[in-house]
Amino acid sequence: MSDSRNTPIFSCHDVHVSVEGKEIVKGVDLEVGAGEKHALMGPNGSGKSTLAAALMGHPGLEVTGRIELAGEDISELEADERARLGLFLGFQYPVAVPGVTVASFLRAAMSARQGRDVPVKEFRLKMQAAFEALGVPRDFAGRYLNDGFSGGEKKRLEIMQMALLEPRMALLDETDSGLDIDALKIVSAGVNEATGSETGVLMVTHYQRILDYIKPDVVHVFMDGRIVRTGGPELAHELEERGYDWLADTTTASAGG
Amino acid sequence: MSAERIADLNQDYATRYGFSDPEEFLHKAPKGLDHETVEMISRFKEEPDWMREFRHQALDTFLAKPMPRWGNSELLDGIDFDNIHYYLKSSEGSANDWDDVPENIKRTFDKLGIPEAEQKFLAGVSAQYESEVVYHSINENLEKLGVIFTDMDSALARHEDIVRKYWATVIPPEDNKFSALNSAVWSGGSFIYVPKNTRVDIPLQAYFRINAQNMGQFERTLIIADEGAEVHYIEGCTAPVYSTDSLHSAVVELVALKGAKIRYTTIQNWSNNVYNLVTKRAHAHEDAVVEWVDGNIGSKLTMKYPAIHLLGERAHGEVLSIAYAGTGQHQDAGAKMIHAAPNTSSRIISKSISKDEGRSSYRGMVKVHKGCHDCRTNVECDALLIGEKSRTDTFPTMEIAEDDVRVEHEARVSKLADEQLFYLQSRGLDEDQARLMIVNGFIEPFVRELPMEYAVEMNRLIELEMEGSVG
Ligand SMILES: Nc1ncnc2c1ncn2[C@@H]1O[C@H](COP(=O)(O)OP(=O)(O)OP(=O)(O)O)[C@@H](O)[C@H]1O
Ligand SMILES: [Mg+2]
Repeated sequence: MSDSRNTPIFSCHDVHVSVEGKEIVKGVDLEVGAGEKHALMGPNGSGKSTLAAALMGHPGLEVTGRIELAGEDISELEADERARLGLFLGFQYPVAVPGVTVASFLRAAMSARQGRDVPVKEFRLKMQAAFEALGVPRDFAGRYLNDGFSGGEKKRLEIMQMALLEPRMALLDETDSGLDIDALKIVSAGVNEATGSETGVLMVTHYQRILDYIKPDVVHVFMDGRIVRTGGPELAHELEERGYDWLADTTTASAGG
Repeated sequence: MSAERIADLNQDYATRYGFSDPEEFLHKAPKGLDHETVEMISRFKEEPDWMREFRHQALDTFLAKPMPRWGNSELLDGIDFDNIHYYLKSSEGSANDWDDVPENIKRTFDKLGIPEAEQKFLAGVSAQYESEVVYHSINENLEKLGVIFTDMDSALARHEDIVRKYWATVIPPEDNKFSALNSAVWSGGSFIYVPKNTRVDIPLQAYFRINAQNMGQFERTLIIADEGAEVHYIEGCTAPVYSTDSLHSAVVELVALKGAKIRYTTIQNWSNNVYNLVTKRAHAHEDAVVEWVDGNIGSKLTMKYPAIHLLGERAHGEVLSIAYAGTGQHQDAGAKMIHAAPNTSSRIISKSISKDEGRSSYRGMVKVHKGCHDCRTNVECDALLIGEKSRTDTFPTMEIAEDDVRVEHEARVSKLADEQLFYLQSRGLDEDQARLMIVNGFIEPFVRELPMEYAVEMNRLIELEMEGSVG
């Protein structure tokens, strides 16, 4: 790992996650420095989304271990408390909330994050700028949240939310899946724009492609609930060529790198 | 309602319009129901013979009919018909004294920002509410158009011919036990007649002329839109109506003649001791449109299935309803569409929220008679459950006697989903805020159809219900 790493903006230690008594995440350690981008790659069903949801504070998961945001222990906090402190999760499957307009939701979310009632006019300007940056049509403001959105539209909206909420640490779960090539470029630019030198990023992805646009500092390979290897960007290329099988053979004891 | 609007208007409406004086208001029938009571009510109101006869026959029907064995029999069987005043228009029927009004009801009034005079009226402490004066000025404009908008008792006295022509033509007393009961002892309610090709631009609100008479237990409303006429009637309000009377059983009849349009919006929020058993039905003739917009928030048991009989070609009917059931409440609501002519269309959207130990049922019927080709019908029921003990059931019935019909039916039950909550919370909204946002989103298709001030109140009320602070 890079020596010039900043003090971590986000870290977790020995995180285990179970769903209905079944352990899915089996001890994960991570440290993400401010401005760093980490990629997390691994086979289907290995527990990446479960890990991301647990870090965000999903109430349905049994989680042990310690999670810190900017040095503060957030392990015991509710999801909304973590969000207000600056943690963000871009969902693999964003959830529809019929009857709630995108605009009213975004304003409520921004107000919560900023701890003040964001004035309508200020909000409008910010929202429109974010719409434009991500190539989202303006009439989305009046549509119901993720209701009937295409897969790609949902992903754009996730990144747009991230841009408006200005998180300190962003967990992005397969933000690239479902995007066409042009959209991938726009969304990647959006991520880069919204996460400058201050924000940490953990990107869950299956494909090397997005990593051409969002350059990772660190790549982790995640299998069967554990990080089994950690390396630089070249590791992603290697995975692209060789798949995961060669790693499955290596012992899981080398987890964490 | 703004004070300014009321302030400078005529104050002598009572004498001019012959509203009953307090002494008459205080008149009260003894408890229990028999022919003597019915006779007394009719005499007291100085009704024509045909109406008195109608009442007596209806009473026989009521006494002969068994209690329905569906809906919620357990609760229905709890009604003690001998322990009800069948005619009381005085403050005795309601809380006599502001001090007797339960604290939770008062708190809700305050949270809704309802002015004190209106609070007292809604709680039944004062018999009349001064917004009648507003009604008076509106009524002058309506009179110029030839529109009749008055309470049912006055309509019978002053417009007997037209009342008699349509009376009970849509809902005969024999329809069900409670329509028979209403027919025997009805009092108050609204009467509207809109002449041919006349459009009433502002919604007519019972609220404007609300008084003890039309807040009665056994209201009777009749609305006739003549050919090409258009009217929107709004009844009720979002504020909880406190009543010590436990049985409320209204009958509402709508007649939309050729090419006419009627929309009837109701929001009812009875206190939790009330049985609200209402029969609502409309006749839609050729090219007519009828829409029921029906919101039920309070009561112990509501049974209400607004119906539309599509009697002429190309008639269209819609029912849009929402029910909210908290602990101790059962909302048994739905809709009926009877396609009795070709090329008719209908749409039912029914939404319910059951919270904690609340229970809601959708009971619906769509019937297409033989020979009624090219009919279209669309039914959507959507139930939202909040909490592990809440309950919902759907009882949809379809009787389609014709092949050439397009039927769409969709029923959904959703739990206030943890995934939705997590999504909103992951954006910084706390749990209460997130919950409220989801519920408001759920009722949005209903709220959207309400006039602005009602929409605002409705959202506010749901907010209070969700906080669990409404009694
Ligand atoms: N609520 C749940 N109940 C039961 N099993 C669950 C639940 N949530 C996740 N799992 C199981 O946990 C495992 C990990 O799922 P997860 O969604 O975290 O995988 P993933 O690595 O994100 O996969 P993908 O790459 O396909 O998105 C899977 O076997 C999944 O079926
Ligand atoms: Mg996943």
